[in-house]
Amino acid sequence: MISGKPATRPSDALDAAALLELLRQMMLIRRFEERTMQSYQATKIGGFCHIYIGQEATAVGSIAALRKDDPIITAYRDHGHALARGMEPKYCMAEMYGKLAGCAKGKGGSMHIFDKDNAMYGGHAIVAGQCPMGVGLAFSHAYLGEDKVTVCYLGDGALNQGAFHESMNLAAIWRLPIIFVVENNSYSMGTHISRGTAAADDLSVKAAAYGMRYAECDGMDVLDTYDTFRTLVDAMRGSSSRALGAPADTGSGPAFVNAKTYRFKGHSMSDPQKYRTKEEVAGRQERDPISTLVSHLVERNLATQEQIDAIDKQAKELSHDAEKFAEEAPALPLSELYTDVYAEPFGPYKVGELPEMLRKTQK
Amino acid sequence: MRNIQLRDALREAMTEEMERDPRVFLMGEEVAEYNGAYKVSEGMLAKFGPRRIIDTPISETGFAGLGVGAAMYGLRPIIEFMSWSFCLVAADQILNNAPKMLYMSGGQFKVPIVFRGNNGAGGQLGSTHSWCVESMFSCVPGLKMAIPSTPRDAKGLLKTSIRSDDPVFFLESERMLGWGARGDRDFETPYPDTFTPYLSGGKWAPPTIEEDADFTIPFGVADIKKAGTDCTIVALGRPVHFALAAAHELSKEGIDCEVIDPRTVRPLDIETIVRSVKKTNYLVIVDQSWPFASIASEIAMQVYERAMDHLDNKIIRVCNDDVPAPYARNLELEMLPHPRKIIEAVRAVTYNA
Repeated sequence: MISGKPATRPSDALDAAALLELLRQMMLIRRFEERTMQSYQATKIGGFCHIYIGQEATAVGSIAALRKDDPIITAYRDHGHALARGMEPKYCMAEMYGKLAGCAKGKGGSMHIFDKDNAMYGGHAIVAGQCPMGVGLAFSHAYLGEDKVTVCYLGDGALNQGAFHESMNLAAIWRLPIIFVVENNSYSMGTHISRGTAAADDLSVKAAAYGMRYAECDGMDVLDTYDTFRTLVDAMRGSSSRALGAPADTGSGPAFVNAKTYRFKGHSMSDPQKYRTKEEVAGRQERDPISTLVSHLVERNLATQEQIDAIDKQAKELSHDAEKFAEEAPALPLSELYTDVYAEPFGPYKVGELPEMLRKTQK
Repeated sequence: MRNIQLRDALREAMTEEMERDPRVFLMGEEVAEYNGAYKVSEGMLAKFGPRRIIDTPISETGFAGLGVGAAMYGLRPIIEFMSWSFCLVAADQILNNAPKMLYMSGGQFKVPIVFRGNNGAGGQLGSTHSWCVESMFSCVPGLKMAIPSTPRDAKGLLKTSIRSDDPVFFLESERMLGWGARGDRDFETPYPDTFTPYLSGGKWAPPTIEEDADFTIPFGVADIKKAGTDCTIVALGRPVHFALAAAHELSKEGIDCEVIDPRTVRPLDIETIVRSVKKTNYLVIVDQSWPFASIASEIAMQVYERAMDHLDNKIIRVCNDDVPAPYARNLELEMLPHPRKIIEAVRAVTYNA
């Protein structure tokens, strides 16, 4: 939370149903990712695949503080964000299976998950490449006079890329409504943040360098994450500069959040994890974000064990069904090779149909 | 004929499209308060204000990527690179994100963006500032590319670019921006009188919006800048004028060249080139980028694939020499395509005619 925890926290206002929804989302991501790992090991999923297990509270807690139409954009560890945003698990799994029924018709894969209906602008696989585009989303809010807030996720490895710093600078000089959130799991692949990032023990200096507000949250605690984002989003919505060219001191401007989290699995599915000890991982797993919320609910009599078990059962079933859907979905016809290259095709290119996921809503 | 400079044509195109569509904005270094590093956007800040004419810091990755994000959201950015040489630091944004987003998202996110700026040697700027990016970038599926050679083509193609739902790479030439100040007669070649016969009659100046409210030039349609019967010369951008100068000199020797300007390379109007080759049976391709894996090489290959039996000799490419752009004026001039090289190439290819 922002310096000095207030006596009342925004999450105090969440009723049991809202809290159970947070639990449902985290459990769905957990069970979905377990299925993903099984499918990857069974060679049903190809390419690079990055598992979100351990970091569920970061995506779920932050997205819960947003409106449905607030855009998000993230890096390649993106399944959790898509599910938290409301994508049906079957479309995410089918994408990884490389099937036409996937959210991006099997053309993006695990690292490039998109969902226009849920304002999820991807899934971007070059480290920090999503940051300038996130600034572009926030710029659009200012240009159009909207009161939306964009959230741009990045890993701690992105802190060392030029694209991140250029994005922070542009967002700051134009006071755009964007929250950069570093999902700080301490490792960029196998390199500990202390080996790759200057001032790694105090990331507030990154924000200070751009005159930007800074906040930290416990990315292993969905309620602390929610509280942090609820406070920032409420302050930002409607108060950032809504007219480009307005004086630089107007509006609350962008913010930078250090969400301290941890991934329980390797960087990708092919990571032998020689850079950290089993003891380190086991120690961090004692603070499991799902167990933490379960304890909170049970201690306060906000949910029964049966309710929690039922949510977990449903998460397992949805993940099972997603895998079954993906497995049984037809392969991509070779004719899809030349669709979606151009919106206005020429020569060998053809107009593509929208993914099944969007056909009900988009033109 | 209007005495319209190429920079004025670019400004007309942007201004008309911004008046037509409130989603269009111009962003780049020195485009607003400085009035354009090369005066292309002169007066546009006063007309449209700081919301739509936006100065950026020197931050190509940042503002190129910003444009991609804004385009995904539904705006229609024009992103100006002061020089295409400076876009190299933004490669991930312009090559990964803009052209591939539609495909990688399974058709969910269009990127209607125009990247535009000066391309090619500016004049003794050394190798870092003298990039010709057309060969390097035109191999990327998902982008469109236009390289205008006249104010008319510049205006018509830029208007089409801004209306395109796909990302467009629009390559201008610093050396051409002032051409047209005295009509169509002030070119920097040894052959100052050569252009009037070829670029008069409406080929030089674009119509004003009052004259033609619907004026645009479609992509993928080549323009025959000079008709001829003896040898086809294909050229894009500034070298079109060198090709015309060469054609004029060669006409004195009785060689009647046809000069074809494809105007866009993605899409490429190969049919018009092939039709011409079937008529002339000879082909010289002028390309201001390096020869290796170049647009000239690609056009040559496509012609071989479609019309090999119609060629009476090999195809000759006139490209930049395969070296970094030198600073020294005499070396730089020799390195670039120029009329003498084209004349020699046409003589060499047609000797058996």
